[in-house]
Amino acid sequence: MSNWFSTWLENQKRTRSFHPSWILLVVAATLVVAGIVWIPAALVSKAEYDRLPSAALPASDKASIPSDEIPAAVEQPGFPARTGPKTIRVDFSPPDVDAIPGGKFGEAVRLGRNIFNDTQTYARAYVGNALNCVNCHLDEGRKADSAPLWAAFAMFPAYRDKNQKVNSYEERLAGCFRYSMNGKVPPPGSKELVALMSYSYWMATGAPVGVELKGRGYPKLAEPRQPPDVARGKKVYEANCAICHGADGQGTQVSGRYVFPPLWGKDSFNGGAGMTRVETAAGFIQANMPLGKGGTLSEQEAWDVAKYMNSHPRPVDPRLVKS
Amino acid sequence: MTSTPPPRPPLPLQRHARAGRLTAWAVLVAGASLANLAHADRAAGATIARQGAGGITACMACHGAQGEGQAAAGFPRLAGQGQAYLLKQLQDFASGQRKNPQMEPIARALSAQQMRDLSEHYASLPGWKAEAKPAAAAQPAGGARLAMAGNWDAGIPACFACHGPDGAGVPPHFPALTGQPNAYTRAQLKAWQAGTRGNDPQGLMKSVADKMSDAEINAISEYLETPSFYGRRE
Ligand code: HEC
Ligand code: HEC
Ligand code: HEC
Ligand code: HEC
Repeated sequence: MSNWFSTWLENQKRTRSFHPSWILLVVAATLVVAGIVWIPAALVSKAEYDRLPSAALPASDKASIPSDEIPAAVEQPGFPARTGPKTIRVDFSPPDVDAIPGGKFGEAVRLGRNIFNDTQTYARAYVGNALNCVNCHLDEGRKADSAPLWAAFAMFPAYRDKNQKVNSYEERLAGCFRYSMNGKVPPPGSKELVALMSYSYWMATGAPVGVELKGRGYPKLAEPRQPPDVARGKKVYEANCAICHGADGQGTQVSGRYVFPPLWGKDSFNGGAGMTRVETAAGFIQANMPLGKGGTLSEQEAWDVAKYMNSHPRPVDPRLVKS
Repeated sequence: MTSTPPPRPPLPLQRHARAGRLTAWAVLVAGASLANLAHADRAAGATIARQGAGGITACMACHGAQGEGQAAAGFPRLAGQGQAYLLKQLQDFASGQRKNPQMEPIARALSAQQMRDLSEHYASLPGWKAEAKPAAAAQPAGGARLAMAGNWDAGIPACFACHGPDGAGVPPHFPALTGQPNAYTRAQLKAWQAGTRGNDPQGLMKSVADKMSDAEINAISEYLETPSFYGRRE
């Protein structure tokens, strides 16, 4: 080969005339260069594409999340699904509470945490029932699949069907005060909203922006095999929930404070709250209830008990009340 | 159609007799409930606790004169624990649903009435108070946190989410944890893991214990013996 090449080269040098082998040489060289550049590039981008959703696969626990097909947008009721690469789900863990910094910012974060965990004490004026934010956003607003704050923060501003406009994060917080807490909306810029914003902002420290984080919102369950049924739900309730939330759904108090919050009635969330949607409640319940045994109810049981819970009277949706 | 004749109206004498029996019953029932109100049960329970009864060892020997337990031996505190919870434990020891070589024979020897008297007695004694024993200087940091916030990375809720604020219990189903000997709490958590204690309603406590590491069991057991509540949310 090299023998042939050198004789050919010598020949060229001598004659300075064109030889048909040039064509072959040029084509082969182009292919080699293109191969070096193009094949690894294609491999790398595919690996990157695969890595994101597979990292977002459930570690072990949440069998309820439908296996993540690429790029599975979790559809949040009330939020239009984002399209394109923004719906790729990414793992994220919020910083430890011990990492809350000092100074003015740290103070605001700590107040936000107190308001979130003990709304009854720290934002009394804006609460119209017996609930605390943490009752529906477990582990101080940190638990995945319990609408954690770290996953919510970077997703706003966002359009919401509920009020048919683009909402700021502050406006989203206000919504939970008005409906879930059956209360009044703290004015924009009030120390309560500033503190809750600070707490959420701190919790999202280091979170990638513009992508949906794994664990956001409550899991969306598949359509139930049988339509949700109040009578079946009552049985599920009595066997799994009544021990804590009471046979009458009114929760359990110790010295005037709720240890187990009420699920319906005057001290619970009102008719406009997200939790009154059976699909939202079913997702929350399947992932988080009974406390400490999340993921043990079947999806059908979760649908049924959610339907049962929401078949009871509760404070009216303030949008339906004429002022 | 006309198979049974209508009942005959009772004779005047019979009517009187019935009224008499009714009044006798009423007096009896009223008397019994009065006796209940006067804590006759509790007193009977206190006597068994102090002296034992017919082959039953005095509870005091192991659970302390005031039901405070014995930390060194790992015998649990009974004082101030919920009545329904105590009664259920005695029934579970007797039925073998809860296993323990010391308590099973004792519980089997107790009558249903004695069980009620004893649980009534111990529930009426003062429960653990933070002031009773100053908190040990160095609390295991992990213990307080587990008690008040849990470890959700492992799926463990705060202990006090079920066992009530400050771990003082939520009757009737959730017992008080505070003031229990370190060795006792540790033994219970291990018993759930090993399957030798399986009497908790809906498996609620087993689902928690199963997720705990040895280090967490040690930290929480040490913490609960003399907990301090410093550093909680407020
Ligand atoms: C009765 C239950 C309940 C209570 C109490 C509650 N929320 Fe919510 N919250 C919800 C529901 C339901 C959603 C919608 C989640 C979904 O659609 O997946 C939600 C959503 C949110 C979101 C947006 C989450 C996201 O990913 O977009 C934030 C932020 C929030 N809540 C904050 C709060 C704050 C602050 C409080 C206390 C003032 C509070 N919530 C009290 C039920 C509750
Ligand atoms: C072991 C006690 C326990 C059991 C059993 C239990 N829950 Fe809960 N539940 C709680 C606690 C505690 C909270 C509040 C969580 C917090 O603040 O961290 C809660 C919160 C809730 C909430 C949101 C707050 C509210 O008041 O609306 C709903 C809804 C709920 N539970 C439904 C259920 C249903 C349905 C079941 C039965 C399948 C159930 N729970 C079983 C203890 C329990
Ligand atoms: C020989 C010592 C001993 C005597 C005597 C004794 N106990 Fe116990 N008791 C124990 C031990 C040890 C345990 C812990 C068992 C375990 O580890 O599960 C216990 C546990 C209990 C418990 C469960 C406590 C809890 O928090 O769950 C009750 C209730 C109880 N005893 C009642 C009694 C009564 C009532 C008497 C008297 C009739 C009595 N005991 C006599 C040793 C004793
Ligand atoms: C989901 C609710 C729940 C949570 C959370 C919970 N427990 Fe329990 N626990 C129970 C129930 C219910 C019982 C009563 C079991 C019975 O009736 O025998 C119990 C009993 C116990 C007992 C036995 C008490 C005695 O006197 O024998 C110990 C010890 C205990 N729990 C420790 C803990 C610790 C430590 C934690 C936190 C890591 C914890 N529990 C969290 C529900 C819970």
